[in-house]
Formats: sequence, structure tokens, C-alpha cells
Amino acid sequence: MLILAILAVPVSMTVVAATFSWRAWVGWVSAGSCALILGLGIALGVATSSGPQWALHHSLRADSLSAFMVVVIGAVSLLATLFTPRTMRQELSGGIISARYARHYVVLMQAFIVCMLGAVVTANLGVFWVCIEATTIATTFLVSHRRTDGAFEASWKYVILCSVGIALAFLGTVLVYFAERHVPATAHGSSLDWTTLTALAPHFDPNVTRVAFALVVVGYGTKVGLVPMHSWLPDAHGQAPAPVSALMSGVLLSVAFYGLLRFRAVAVAALGPTFPRALLLVVGMASLLLATVMLIAQRDLKRMLAYSSIEHMGLLAVAAAVGSPLALAAVLLHILGHGITKAVLFLSAGEIAHLEGTTEIAQISGLLARRPALAGIFGVGLLSLIALPPFSLFVSELTMARAEVDAGLWWAVAASLLCVSVIFAAVGRHARQMLFGGAVADAPPSATDRSLVLPLVGALVVCGALGIVSWPLQSLLVHAAHGVMP
Amino acid sequence: MTSTYVATLELAAGAVLLSAVMTLWRRSVSSIVAMLRLQGVALCAVAVDLALHENDRALLVTGALVLVVKGVVVPTVLRRVAKWDPRSRESRPLVNVPASLVFAAGLIVLSYVVGTRITSLSPDDATRLAPLGLATVLVGYFMLVTRRRAVSKIVGLIVVDNGIALVTFLLTSGVPLIVELGSSLDVMLVVVVLQFLMASVRHHSRIDALTELRELRD
Repeated sequence: MLILAILAVPVSMTVVAATFSWRAWVGWVSAGSCALILGLGIALGVATSSGPQWALHHSLRADSLSAFMVVVIGAVSLLATLFTPRTMRQELSGGIISARYARHYVVLMQAFIVCMLGAVVTANLGVFWVCIEATTIATTFLVSHRRTDGAFEASWKYVILCSVGIALAFLGTVLVYFAERHVPATAHGSSLDWTTLTALAPHFDPNVTRVAFALVVVGYGTKVGLVPMHSWLPDAHGQAPAPVSALMSGVLLSVAFYGLLRFRAVAVAALGPTFPRALLLVVGMASLLLATVMLIAQRDLKRMLAYSSIEHMGLLAVAAAVGSPLALAAVLLHILGHGITKAVLFLSAGEIAHLEGTTEIAQISGLLARRPALAGIFGVGLLSLIALPPFSLFVSELTMARAEVDAGLWWAVAASLLCVSVIFAAVGRHARQMLFGGAVADAPPSATDRSLVLPLVGALVVCGALGIVSWPLQSLLVHAAHGVMP
Repeated sequence: MTSTYVATLELAAGAVLLSAVMTLWRRSVSSIVAMLRLQGVALCAVAVDLALHENDRALLVTGALVLVVKGVVVPTVLRRVAKWDPRSRESRPLVNVPASLVFAAGLIVLSYVVGTRITSLSPDDATRLAPLGLATVLVGYFMLVTRRRAVSKIVGLIVVDNGIALVTFLLTSGVPLIVELGSSLDVMLVVVVLQFLMASVRHHSRIDALTELRELRD
């Protein structure tokens, strides 16, 4: 029942948004529906602590991991949709879009949320693929929402690269299915149901499974933003409206990563830990290195945040390579912390871009003196992003490092620590330019709207609190991590 | 009876790969679209042949779906899109046509080398042909990488997808129907999305700008 309710809420919201033309109340109701999803996600987390839930003749399945992902999706989409009325007001009054596109925007945002929720509650790895590809379709229009040359180019690149990448994931899924069909005991009644797959995996043909897992890692890796198919990410996140970037960066990447976690469990059961670990380490470290290099010389504010997403996804891949319960629990905590932090940053960066009229780092200066509240939120968000205590990203990165040391991956810990500290310095330098740089303004500091400040400060407080006490999440994280152990 | 089944299967699977290679060879959009139509029909033939052989009703439905989506809808959309592209012919591919054909031959050999590792799991009449599907996928990727025109990139994407569909039919007699439905729908939508993007750009800038990726860099 809970699972169906979780899907029904955004589906009916999509219908509502499609029926009525754009008014501010549509935006507020859509934020309300996301709050409801968050609440239902928490309820699902409680319900699944005693075992997985099923719905619709076993085609939907939710365990603790699904529940956790629903919570992440709910939390980040609540933040992003709270900004819908504001963003639309700015764009309509600025003449950037017409009222028709405001309606499209709300419909597509809700459809996007439906697809992500569908991806995490389906039992079938094929349907998972369908949902992920559907997110590409919904978000393409959101990326090109502003209808500028840059936005069209970004969405073109996004569709082509993601469709190509994810086609590989489909081929990988088909090969897994092929391997399953040739397990002697189950010539009939095989399915793409991932619990069945994990149970049968020890009998899979290793050659086929190896090719399949490699295809899946590159394929879903495209949507996660991992090297070698990452190049759509900075363009799409840089061009999309801020709430869309917040959702794409904060949750869409992690939902695709969730798929990798599921497939990893199957691959480890079939092949043993060595091959999956090597593959994930390579793509993870490569992404981390690339992000480090690109962040040092970054000139654009939103692209800086986008490359930082590649960095964090790389860290997740490296920790998932370890695959111990501790590492996986840290991965999940990191997903939540990164989602909320990145949403706060993209939303405040969107506001900065709107007020300053530019996203170029060199042209933004002295923000802290001119707009103290907004700049303060942005600055604290950056501190959370570079994983300073007390924020939850600090705890999760530390735990991931510990799990890597336990697994004997000293070199990986050393390399990622080096990258993270270089990024620390690079982001710090950009932040200093934007917040403190330039001449002191003569004009008195301008006040920032409370409707902007409250949700963002609330989100940062949650991030900080999760870094100090993780008790409400602890059992959920542990359960969820065990769900993707082979 | 069995020999007709095998002969049809070989012919149809061969036609899928052949039409993929032909899209590399031909330059005019109308003949490329004709090749894609042929490819869609051949894919449908593979599905129907397998369905009759294995008495699989779901696969028959899939075959019909393939015919509608890949044989009719996608080529029709593509033909419309092609009218907006100022360059009706691929004037300067990154790799010229004769060299592309040589490359394609190499890709086919490669897919047999890789493919036999996979098909050795159950070497029956259908599985044996799976490398043809892999080769189609690789040819599609090659097209996507080396052709500059927007339409050619879409064609490459469709060829990749058709190749994957062929592998799916030959290895597993199709994935469960719900997945097949969803993925066909997704592919169709992607083509529609690309059409929409080209249509929007047509009004206020040149389509070339879209594929040459000039706006955004670091």
C-alpha cells in the first residue's frame, strides 16, 4: 500500500499540474506533494525494517535501501520544489519564458520525480532501466527550459550521450538475463527480478557476467556522471534552471548509482569481489582525478558545482568498490548529505546568478558584504560540500576512508585524500573571490527574502545535525547496506 | 521445418547488419531512411520467426511492436527531421566512406571474436547469430562518433538500439514484455525529443551549431 501511495502522490500531482494553468498555488501544492513523499518514505523506512514490502503482484518491491532512496528523493525534491514559485516568478517577470512553459515546467518536474521513485521501488532490473531512460526524456526539456543556444546545445549533448550510454546498460541487463536463463535449475520461470537474480547469481556463467557488469558500469556510469561518459554533466547542470540542477545533481545521479549498487551485488555473487572491485576503483579514481583537475581552473559557478558532483560520485564508486557493510552504509549517508548540500548550493547559486546577472566566478565579488544572508548560506554550503565537520559529508567521507583502510586499499585512501585536499583548496579559492573579493561596496547590504532563507538554512541544519547524531538513520542505513550485500 | 526456421533467421539477422553497414555507405538521407525501414522489418522478421519456432505469444506481440516502432514511426519522424537540416548530404564525415566500410569490416570481425565468448554458453541456432547483433551495435557507435550531421547522429543511435534488440532476440528470445514495451516507448520518445530539439533550434539558429558544440566549454 505504502509503495503505491508513494507513486500515486506525484502521479496525481502531475495530472493536477497538467490540468491547471500556472499559478503560484500549483507550485506550493507541488512542494506539498513532495513533503508528503518524504513523509511516506520515512513511514516506508519504518515498515521495511521488518522485511521487504511488495505491491502489484510482486512487480514493485521496497526494502530498506528503496525506502532510504525514497527519503533522499523526497527531501531533495521538497527543497527544489519549494523554489518553483520563486523561479517561475523571476523567469516570467524577466520575460525569459511564457506562461505555457511555466506549466510545462511543473508537469515535467513531477514526471521526473515519478520516474525516479519508480526506479527505486521496482523489483525488475529491466523496468529500472526504463525508468532511468524516462528520466532522461523528462529532464531534457527541463534542461532546455530557458531556450537559449547554450541550453539547447546542453540538452542535445545530454540526450545523445545518455541514450548511448544507457543503451550499453540495457545490453548488460540483457546479458545478465541470458546468464540467468542458462542456470540449469531455472530454465523456466526466470525473470529480471533482482532478488531472484541475486539468489541465482552464484550459478551464472562468469564470462557472460563479466561482460555484462562492465557494460552496466559504463552504461549507468554515464547517468551517474562517472568517467569516461561524464561530459554531458557540467553542460546540463550549468544550463538547467537552478531547481532542476538541484534535483539532477542531488538525486538523479544517486538514483543511477543505486542501480550500480544492485548490479554490484549480483556481480559479486557471480564473480567474487575482485573484478567488480577493480572496475569500480578504476572509474571512481578516474572521475575523482578529472574532477580535481577541472575544479582548479574552473571559471563558472554552476560548472564548479557540477564538477564537484563528479568528484563525489567518484568517491562513492571507490567506496562501493570496497563493498563492506561499513563502506556501503557510508555510501548511503554520503548520498543523503551530498543530495541536500548540493541542492542548497545550486538553489543559492541560482539566486546569485539571478541577482548578479552572471555565473562567472571572476565577475562576482564581495557578496558577503552586499548580500550577507544569501552569501552566508552559500558559504556554509560550500563548507559542507568540502566535507568540514560537523557536516554529515565529513562523517561519511571519514567512514569511507576507514572502510578502505580496513580493506587494505591504502593507495586509494591516499590518492582520494590528496584529490579531496586539492579540491578543498580550489573551491576555497573560488569561494574567497566570490564572498570576500573585490572592493567593499558603498551601498548598504541588501536584505534577502525570508522564503529563500528559511528552507536553505533548515536544510543546512539537517546536514549538520546528521553529522553529529545519526541515530534516526542508523538502523535504516545498516539494514539498507545489508540489502546490497551478496 | 527446422531448416526454414534457421534459413529465415540467418537471412533476417544478416539483413539487420547489412542495412547497418549500408547506412555508413549511403549519403542521401532518403536512402538511409529506407535502410532503417528495412532494418526494422528484418528485426520484426527475426522476432516473428523465433516466436513461431518457440510458440511464444509474447514474442509475437513484441514483433508487432517492433514493426510499428522501428519500421514505421521512427523512419517517418526521421524523414521529417531531415527536411530541416540544411545539408541534405553528409558532406564531411570525420572518416570518409571507403575507410568507414573497412572499419566496419574490422568491427564485424571484432564482434565475432568477443561474441563467441558469450555464445559458447549455449551454442544453438539463434545464439550462434548473436555476434551479428553486436556488430550492428558497434557499427551504430562508429556512425555516431564519425558523422557530424545531426540526422546522422540520430541514425547512429537508432542503429545501436536495433543492434541491441537483435542481440536480445537471439540470446534470450526477448526480455519480458513489460520491459520490451517500456524500452520501445523510451526509444521512440528519444527520437521525438531529438526532433523537438532540432525543430526549436531551426527557428533561431543554425542546426549545425547544435552538433558542433560551440557554446559550452570549460
